[in-house]
Amino acid sequence: MINLEVPKKFTGLVRQAHQVSKEVLRANSRKYDLAEHAYPKELDMLAALVDGMNDGGGQGAGAAGVRRDKSDDTSNKNGSNLSTALGVIEMCWGDVGLLLSMPRQGLGNSAIASVADDEQLERFGGRWAAMAITEPGCGSDSAAIRTTAVKDGDHYILNGEKIYVTAGDRADLVVVWATLDKSVGRAAIKSFVVEKGTPGFELVRLEKKLGIKSSDTAAFVLKDCRVPAENLLGDATVNVEKGFAGVMQTFDNTRPLVAAMAIGLARAAIEQTRSLLEEAGVEIDYDQLATKQTAAAAEFIRMEADYEAARLLMMEAAWMADNRKPNSLQASMAKAKAGRACVDITLKCVELCGNLGYTENSLLEKWARDSKILDIFEGTQQIQQLIVARRLLGKSSAELK
Amino acid sequence: MARGLRVLNRLAGGTLLDRLGVRKQSERAIYHASRTGFGVAAAAARSFKGSKPNGAKRLPNVGDPGLFDLTPSEDQAMLQDAAQRFADEALRPAAADANEASTADQALLDMANELGIAILGIPEELGGAGTERSTVTNVLVAEALAHGDMGLAFACLAPSAVSNALVLWGNAEQQGTYLPAFTEESSPVAALALAEPTPLFDPMTPATTATPVDGGWTLSGIKSLVPNAASCELLIVGAMVEGEGPALFVVESDPARMKIAADPAMGLRAAATGQIRFDEVVVPASARLGASAEAATAAYRECVRLSRLAWCAMAAGTGKAVLDYVIPYVNDRQAFGEPISHRQSVAFMVANIAIELESMRLTTLRAASLAEQGKPYAREAAIARRLCVDKGMQIGSDGVQLLGGHGFTKEYPVERWYRDLRAIGVMEGGLLV
Repeated sequence: MINLEVPKKFTGLVRQAHQVSKEVLRANSRKYDLAEHAYPKELDMLAALVDGMNDGGGQGAGAAGVRRDKSDDTSNKNGSNLSTALGVIEMCWGDVGLLLSMPRQGLGNSAIASVADDEQLERFGGRWAAMAITEPGCGSDSAAIRTTAVKDGDHYILNGEKIYVTAGDRADLVVVWATLDKSVGRAAIKSFVVEKGTPGFELVRLEKKLGIKSSDTAAFVLKDCRVPAENLLGDATVNVEKGFAGVMQTFDNTRPLVAAMAIGLARAAIEQTRSLLEEAGVEIDYDQLATKQTAAAAEFIRMEADYEAARLLMMEAAWMADNRKPNSLQASMAKAKAGRACVDITLKCVELCGNLGYTENSLLEKWARDSKILDIFEGTQQIQQLIVARRLLGKSSAELK
Repeated sequence: MARGLRVLNRLAGGTLLDRLGVRKQSERAIYHASRTGFGVAAAAARSFKGSKPNGAKRLPNVGDPGLFDLTPSEDQAMLQDAAQRFADEALRPAAADANEASTADQALLDMANELGIAILGIPEELGGAGTERSTVTNVLVAEALAHGDMGLAFACLAPSAVSNALVLWGNAEQQGTYLPAFTEESSPVAALALAEPTPLFDPMTPATTATPVDGGWTLSGIKSLVPNAASCELLIVGAMVEGEGPALFVVESDPARMKIAADPAMGLRAAATGQIRFDEVVVPASARLGASAEAATAAYRECVRLSRLAWCAMAAGTGKAVLDYVIPYVNDRQAFGEPISHRQSVAFMVANIAIELESMRLTTLRAASLAEQGKPYAREAAIARRLCVDKGMQIGSDGVQLLGGHGFTKEYPVERWYRDLRAIGVMEGGLLV
């Protein structure tokens, strides 16, 4: 039966996540925006709590819950993809950078949750994993990865350079994308779990950024870095037919989560703006025509419309994952809509609130800086549109470049 | 719902569709005779002879399922499928001619009636097939029909706006008098008339007035873009009661005091839209929907919201028609030695149509599901409308753009969809889910 409300069974989780987000994330939001690269120690206590939430039935607020269960049951499911996304919304209402710095909730954890086998899941469980895809010479074009992995006995030897590794300095593990054979292209790209402290795996620097400053963004070099063969996630064989599917599968589960981040952030800005506008005497009447309201009220409803659209697209994608339906198209649609809506909304909120929005006395200006990354990482707006367009039009990446 | 499904199966069986095309397009002379001024009297009303049930019948709210779910129920899926078939096989092929003729073929309207759209919303006690509120089902059906053609869908669905309103807000007498007629084979031509010809029209403050007189009301004013205006037998009219607020009135056609002028518009032409002028039309005291002034205004307000949602559903249906049409077109159309879909500026336009279309659908479904569960939905309806107005029109415009010069000609349907999609945000009333 068609129903688009937050499932009743998750309202407790959402309330709990919201409380935590308010007391810990929002409360420390400005502090770590100003103190870039300082370790947010307040999160250690919180991470233990999130672990507990995850253990209590897989309804976490972090990234580790996005695994697709195998089952023949076809009844409607609201599972961990949806609950995790709902938790992420609440946390990012508090602070996106701090959520990204949450111990053991990295995108590497999502990758492990999505593609690891049971033995690996056991071995890497409970540890903090970052994700290293981007290189100085390749961003969106992940098929152009130059980091190499060469089999040597029971190990792979990794060589290359990785940048923009979120939580790279703080995590215990880094999931590194590398190619087994550059001449084969996408099909040869595999992901490897590299333990911090492995000889040859060196931190080069931490980036200074426009926003999400509380999240560390690391650059690494890999120099003859030996990684145990059993740390390769998924299938070790190079299967040109199956191509990129193995590593890309992660994105079907993580893109809705990044959309959820954008949605949480957008909601923070919308709520703050609403209260400032109402203090200023702006009335918002949902029954009234846009043309008969103040421009600010009409603009506000327009922002809410884009916000709601993004939120529902995200819920659709997560719900499909919970019900084991293929959702690449919906995941990219959600990410595209949420990414651009979040940037538009946070920037518009600054404009609507004027000097109050632009100063560091409120968080609106920070949110308008934080938002931009959400339309970039985990696949830019343009990449999402390419994915959507290729699927709709039935085009290969060689045809629709 | 069982009875409605039986009707649908009959339709899906094919005999009805086979009848199509047999009858020639019967243009209603009025549209060519009276394009200036209110020259023509309204149609004569049939005599509505219903029974009087004990107390008004309302459809109960749908229960809260507790889980997020985008899968239609089995019944909904069957109806959606039948409506889609009707839209593909009957409405789409008739759309261009109906647009030219500014009217819908009577055979088509009869077939739509046989689809059982109206009776699904009428309680079983009153001869219908409804067991609970069906806002979501109505949205799915409207969407499916508008995928065929928005103008024809408007013509087909217009009577159900009146029956839905009577079920939602009518008293026992109103329901008993009028609703049985909607379950019959030749159901009445009926319309919900809210819109008025004025810029920045606010449905909450109509210029049409209802003035209390001895034993009843007199209605005066002009309603515009009324579907099937010339043949309308029964109307629900929005009018302002001074000192009390806007309300809905049940009005039987009165040729002496109601005059019709053709009101052909940019789009929705198959719905034979017209203006109706009410010159002190007298209706009984019981004509107002709602037991008290407060209840009447609350009903009116909800009517405006549900009507806007219906237009959102239409936008989603026609938007999908655009998407389904442009995909093969941009793949086939060659320029510079390859399909134009190989260009990002073209491909991204298609991607954005799909993204915003899904946004429109989901926000509309959310508002509809809240409505049928009896929960507040004013904000959600406003949000759906905002998206459907902005993105729906953008989709219409992009549809023409993607076809270039072709899109501008009547050889292709996208120019009609462009005109039809401009109706969203302009139309108030006419439909009700």
